Amino acid sequence: MLPDKQKIIVFIVLCIGFLSYSGFLYSHLPVSNPNFSITEAKGKTLWQEHNCTACHQIYGLGGYLGPDLTNEYSLKGPDYIHIFLQTGNNTMPNYHLSESEIQDLIAYLKSVDRSGKSDPRKFSINTNGTINQ
Amino acid sequence: MELSINKAKFTPKVFILVALILLATGMLFGILGGLQYIIPGFLKEALSFEKTRPLHVSSVLFWILFASMGAVLTYLKEHTGNKLYSNNLSRLLFILFVISILSILIAYFSGKFGGREYWEFPPILSLPIIIGWIIFLINFVLSLDSLKSQPVYIWMWLTGIIFFLFTFLESYLWLFPYFNNQVVNDMNIQWKSYGSMVGSWNMLIYGASMYLMTKISNDRSYAYSTKAFVLYFAGLFNLMFNWGHHIYTLPTQPYVQYISYSVSMTELLILGNIIYGWKATLTKAQKFFHRDAYRFLVAADVWVFLNLILAICMSVPAINVYTHGTHITVAHAMGTTIGINTMLLLAVCYDILKDTCISLDPYQKLMKLGFWLANSSLFVFWIALIGAGVLKSKWQMNSDQIAFSLMMQNLSAFFIVFTISGVLLLAGILLSIYPLFKNHLACFFSEK
Ligand code: HEM
Repeated sequence: MLPDKQKIIVFIVLCIGFLSYSGFLYSHLPVSNPNFSITEAKGKTLWQEHNCTACHQIYGLGGYLGPDLTNEYSLKGPDYIHIFLQTGNNTMPNYHLSESEIQDLIAYLKSVDRSGKSDPRKFSINTNGTINQ
Repeated sequence: MELSINKAKFTPKVFILVALILLATGMLFGILGGLQYIIPGFLKEALSFEKTRPLHVSSVLFWILFASMGAVLTYLKEHTGNKLYSNNLSRLLFILFVISILSILIAYFSGKFGGREYWEFPPILSLPIIIGWIIFLINFVLSLDSLKSQPVYIWMWLTGIIFFLFTFLESYLWLFPYFNNQVVNDMNIQWKSYGSMVGSWNMLIYGASMYLMTKISNDRSYAYSTKAFVLYFAGLFNLMFNWGHHIYTLPTQPYVQYISYSVSMTELLILGNIIYGWKATLTKAQKFFHRDAYRFLVAADVWVFLNLILAICMSVPAINVYTHGTHITVAHAMGTTIGINTMLLLAVCYDILKDTCISLDPYQKLMKLGFWLANSSLFVFWIALIGAGVLKSKWQMNSDQIAFSLMMQNLSAFFIVFTISGVLLLAGILLSIYPLFKNHLACFFSEK
């Protein structure tokens, strides 16, 4: 049986490690100079308010009924996205968005596209099991 | 329910009863979601997938939370010799959580979102959850005389309660522009919190199942043993540092990948421990298998084994590139929440709800049928998701991709099997819990 003192020491050491790692990550976010415009920020709010993530993924995270939209902007272009947002399709609802809301959402997807590539074919795989983008 | 939350009658059992209702409700929404997969446009106007999915996920998450709170409060009471610090605080916790889930479900039905994945409701609705959880923490700590010489399950519960609070609050850091003004930054912190949050409710559930095991085997020594504490610290270490395996493909600092990859591989020790102790587990299983609660613990053991293999594979970045963004992740998510969490919690439900004024004996056959139906259909369900995931992965990696919608059509056979097995899974679980529910309500009203 481990004495209580040892258990408490292990617990405290782990907690200090966790809190330091968390603090470090908060202060060293991956993108240090984010330039989210007002339209992009509005687009993100609309994305959350319509729960687009229930069906769509960003960087492979989200629901699975619809496609990943990380690089939809550069792959398909704003006009293509515009049509979907305006009319919906067989599965996707028509949210009856106003023109400015559509533009905000397109701006948000443009900013997501700018942030990186999600296509798994673009990753290189190393022999130790790690990957590089 | 109104009567059971009045002053005289309140017991943590009501958490369990509400939890079971949420489990059944959540599964009904899951089946609706499955139907929407196989019949495109099904209920699109009334209840489209962006509503069905959160209705499903939040109901089942609240099943896990309610059942865990009920289990911890009941067992804590047993452990301390009926000394729960305050029954009133438990009642308040219950009321806050009922208000919370009801308002969340109403928000989803009416299309009011605003949160992020898994917690899609407007952020204001997280307040009763936070306040309730702080009350839970206070009630828990004040119920213990001291932390000296406590068994491992007390450590696990305390850890689970603290870390759920921390990670839940952390998951709302996006409300500050500093975290919210860039998608990659936002998603990094989001998945950091989610990864650890799952570990925190696992602490509550594994602690409860360990308490139950101690009770069934009438042997308290394991809960105080060095081995139990080493495994607990291994779990805590993973809770704190392995979350990065959710975001290997998200642009982030390389050390996040290296740390999570190495920490996740320590799970191999746990896998090795399961294989090493296989024979002893089997002997124990044969001894206690006739007990209703124990059967579910054994089922969870098998699911831990299957899901751990899948999880370890997915935690290798080079494999994760193939599985990420496919239904293999869904197989992992549902495989663990149903196969492990739900099976363990059902064991706990059986233990807590078994003693009523009516015997459960007449239902033995029905309950066994439910158990086997639930587990066999879950296996088919899980395989169907993995199958769909493998095909999607091939599509994702193909240099010559067909359209997304065509790919989804090609997967429809898997989705049909998945939905049918989901219906059978629901039937199995309903058969398993119906006697508990029926007896409880019958006794409750006869006492009246
Ligand atoms: C009747 C059985 C069930 C059916 C038919 C079902 C169906 C579904 C569907 C359609 C999704 C959405 C997948 C997507 O994003 O495209 C989902 C997600 C999910 N379900 Fe279920 N479900 C069932 C039971 C359960 C139960 C009992 C639990 C937990 C106790 C559960 C936990 C989850 C979780 C955590 C997710 C999110 C998965 C992820 O994000 O990867 N499900 N389910």
